Amino acid sequence: MAGELAQYVVTGLLVGGVYALMSIGLAVIFGVMRVVNFAQGDFMMLGMYLTYFYAVGLGIDPLLGALVTLPPFFLLGLLVHRVFLARVTGGGDPNREMDAQLILTLGLSLIITNATTMILSPTPRGIRTTYATQAFAAGPLLLNQARTYAFLMALLLAAAMYVFLTRTDLGKALRAAADDPEAASYQAINVRAMHGAAFGVGIALVAAAGGLLATYYPIEPNVAVNFIVLMFVAVVLGGLGSIPGAFVGGIVIGLVQSLTLLVLPLQLQNVGVFVAFLVVLYVRPQGLFGRRARTV
Amino acid sequence: MTPRVRAWLAVAAVVAVGLVLSFALTERYHHRILTLVFLWAAMGLAWNIIGGYAGQISFGHQAFFGIGAYVTVLLAAKLKLTPWIGMVGGAGVAVLAAVLIGTPTFRLAGIYFGLATLAYPLIFRIVMDYLGYQEVSIPMVRDQPALFMQFAEPRTFDLLALGILAATLVLSRVIESSRLGYSLRAIKENEQAAEAMGVDSFRCKMVAYMLSAAPAAIVGAVYAHAILFVVTPDAVFGVLVIAQTLTVCFVGGVGTLWGPIIGAAIMIPVSEILDTTIGDRLPGIQGVVYGAALVAVMLFAPEGLYWRVRNSVLGRRRDGSGSIRPILAIPAAPVAARAAPTDSATALMDVRGVSKAFLGLQALSDVRFDVREGEILGIIGPNGAGKTTLFNVLNGFLLPDRGDVRWLGAPITGLGPHVVCRRGIGRTFQVMRVFPHLSVLENVMVGAFAHGAAPARARASARAALEQVGLADRADVMPTGLTTLELRMMELARCLATSPRLVLLDEPLAGLSADGVELMSAMIRRAPAAGITVVIIEHTIQALIKLADRLVVLDQGRRLAEGLPGDVTRNPAVIEAYLGKRWLARQASSQTGRPC
Repeated sequence: MAGELAQYVVTGLLVGGVYALMSIGLAVIFGVMRVVNFAQGDFMMLGMYLTYFYAVGLGIDPLLGALVTLPPFFLLGLLVHRVFLARVTGGGDPNREMDAQLILTLGLSLIITNATTMILSPTPRGIRTTYATQAFAAGPLLLNQARTYAFLMALLLAAAMYVFLTRTDLGKALRAAADDPEAASYQAINVRAMHGAAFGVGIALVAAAGGLLATYYPIEPNVAVNFIVLMFVAVVLGGLGSIPGAFVGGIVIGLVQSLTLLVLPLQLQNVGVFVAFLVVLYVRPQGLFGRRARTV
Repeated sequence: MTPRVRAWLAVAAVVAVGLVLSFALTERYHHRILTLVFLWAAMGLAWNIIGGYAGQISFGHQAFFGIGAYVTVLLAAKLKLTPWIGMVGGAGVAVLAAVLIGTPTFRLAGIYFGLATLAYPLIFRIVMDYLGYQEVSIPMVRDQPALFMQFAEPRTFDLLALGILAATLVLSRVIESSRLGYSLRAIKENEQAAEAMGVDSFRCKMVAYMLSAAPAAIVGAVYAHAILFVVTPDAVFGVLVIAQTLTVCFVGGVGTLWGPIIGAAIMIPVSEILDTTIGDRLPGIQGVVYGAALVAVMLFAPEGLYWRVRNSVLGRRRDGSGSIRPILAIPAAPVAARAAPTDSATALMDVRGVSKAFLGLQALSDVRFDVREGEILGIIGPNGAGKTTLFNVLNGFLLPDRGDVRWLGAPITGLGPHVVCRRGIGRTFQVMRVFPHLSVLENVMVGAFAHGAAPARARASARAALEQVGLADRADVMPTGLTTLELRMMELARCLATSPRLVLLDEPLAGLSADGVELMSAMIRRAPAAGITVVIIEHTIQALIKLADRLVVLDQGRRLAEGLPGDVTRNPAVIEAYLGKRWLARQASSQTGRPC
């Protein structure tokens, strides 16, 4: 029993690392822009496909391919921000603005999911790697190799993100824009440009997380629906907009998902996550670490 | 023709057009599209009750749609129960689900509410899969097709769907013009202000949610019989259901009963025709169309087509803000000579040792004073002294950490702001909280609803309150066109419309010109004669000395002094903390008659 529990914990941690990375992407966007991006799961799905095409077309290993999704998705994020989100941000009643952004990104999500279905067909695909079916043995515990590598890469990227935010000028400017857009603009920080950068970084991170996920998870256009809710849960758990919080939230979601299997059948795995989500929302809407974003 | 008659005629016109279309069309496929238009318009209207009027954007409304479909079809399949009864059962289950979902979820504000609603249909979907209801077929009953909602004639489904649409329209219209409708719109505009005006926001939202769940379930049940025939979790709890609902609402415009109808009339035929022409080659075209419509409407007409057209037609006519108006003329009222209440006057309100801290900052510590019937009590103190926090405790926005507030001898701490308001304590806000999308009259009506549900009476007492503050001729404009003085007067009228015994005025003189200060002061001075006691916050002491019978001085959350204005301003502690030495010098100079 103890061994079984340990196995579930380890598995949960490993998938939680990838969830953590994708949630950081959502948290960066919310933290800086105050936008809840519904289309985040869809950009993750696109990241999975790009990694797939890197692997199939160019023979790039998906672990490396995930990294190579960063630049194009950063640019895509800048573009999407410029063309769509910038137009519904700034000025006006903040509540209505938030609703408009939510609806806008929901629309983008519908377009991306369904256009991908149209163009690439709904058939699931997978990337064949030698490590997907192998496992490391650590005593009695088995660690799937693909998940382990993905976990380590996710940690690496999250750490790089942390260094970026705390050590670089752009990172500091981003955090300033997140804390107080008005004060930041007095310090000659271009808040609008920061929003674009945040959206780019957020999309790039979630795409890379998608690439890592693709080493062990089937790739299909509808994959976004399940993961967007997981990301919301993780981000709310960590406190909307808190980046370290989102990281911890992602890990916790991995653990909850995995440990749910101890009490519920596999099909109901995500019910445990949703219940955790609702419980957290009711008990601590500001999240486990977050400050209150909007008071009741 | 009154607006009321016009609205009912418009509802009748929609039904008439629907009937004409239904009898004019001959092809089965066209009937299918017509049925879908009616059903999605009804679904949009159902969503609009909670999402549009109350502004609580629900991303999980397909939960009720799916419940209606599943309950009805399962009852028919397992118990041979006719769907005509089954769908009523489905609606009942949906209303019950709305209560169960709403009770915890309405504790969450704004975006958190929307995010939480996402989870429910996902849970239902997984559970339905798990229970083995991946596909539930409608049982074919050949001998009693009508009893089992299985019509060979496609027109019958049109008419059924039209009937549901008509019923939902009537429901929406009744809500719009009722107290509930005004309350919901006030909640959408500013929930706290609505609460302070006596609106029980939790209850209103819950009732709206229940009223919204029932038609959604009925639509789901009929959709299952008219379109689906086989109910699957994806078809009734899936993303496309909410996508269609939201698209219909946002394209047409939310918060009005015409929006979802316009949205459905445009979007449903477009997506159906695309689906049947190129849907085979391009699966998912419907999703792309709905997504593109949502994106386009948010970019180019975020208020939706109905409001866009209406504003461009009516906009110029309504906007009279350019014209120069004379300053408000307040109707003269005899200012009765009155004696300031003495110590023996009854205490209306008793504030007993109230303390409140925010994250270590002690905003109020052990504040105690009483408010006597018929007086004007001034509360002064520098910025950050805790004045507004005190009001927030008095009217129920905040719960004090220690101490309590008694009203007519009974404790009122812990009661919601709407209860406090209904007990007779009105308030205004330092930063004005108007309902920007309600007319001046409607703003005041929200207050008038605090004591009774009849809109006609609320309208009459709102007009009377506007008359009192001299705003009668501005009743039908939108508040955006008002000056600061007029807005402050409107807030005052809204507060007076709740028929308070005590009003808490939070810096009513702020931002007013000298003339404005005079007018507002005159209004306030008149209150005791009308049986209204006043507590007023100011930090400009000059105005308050002339106005108040007594003063309470707050500094850093503590009560520094209390007493007659003359005594308080001579109190050394008050001079030290607040007035400063120059005040003393100036007072001295003015008494000796020297210019300063």
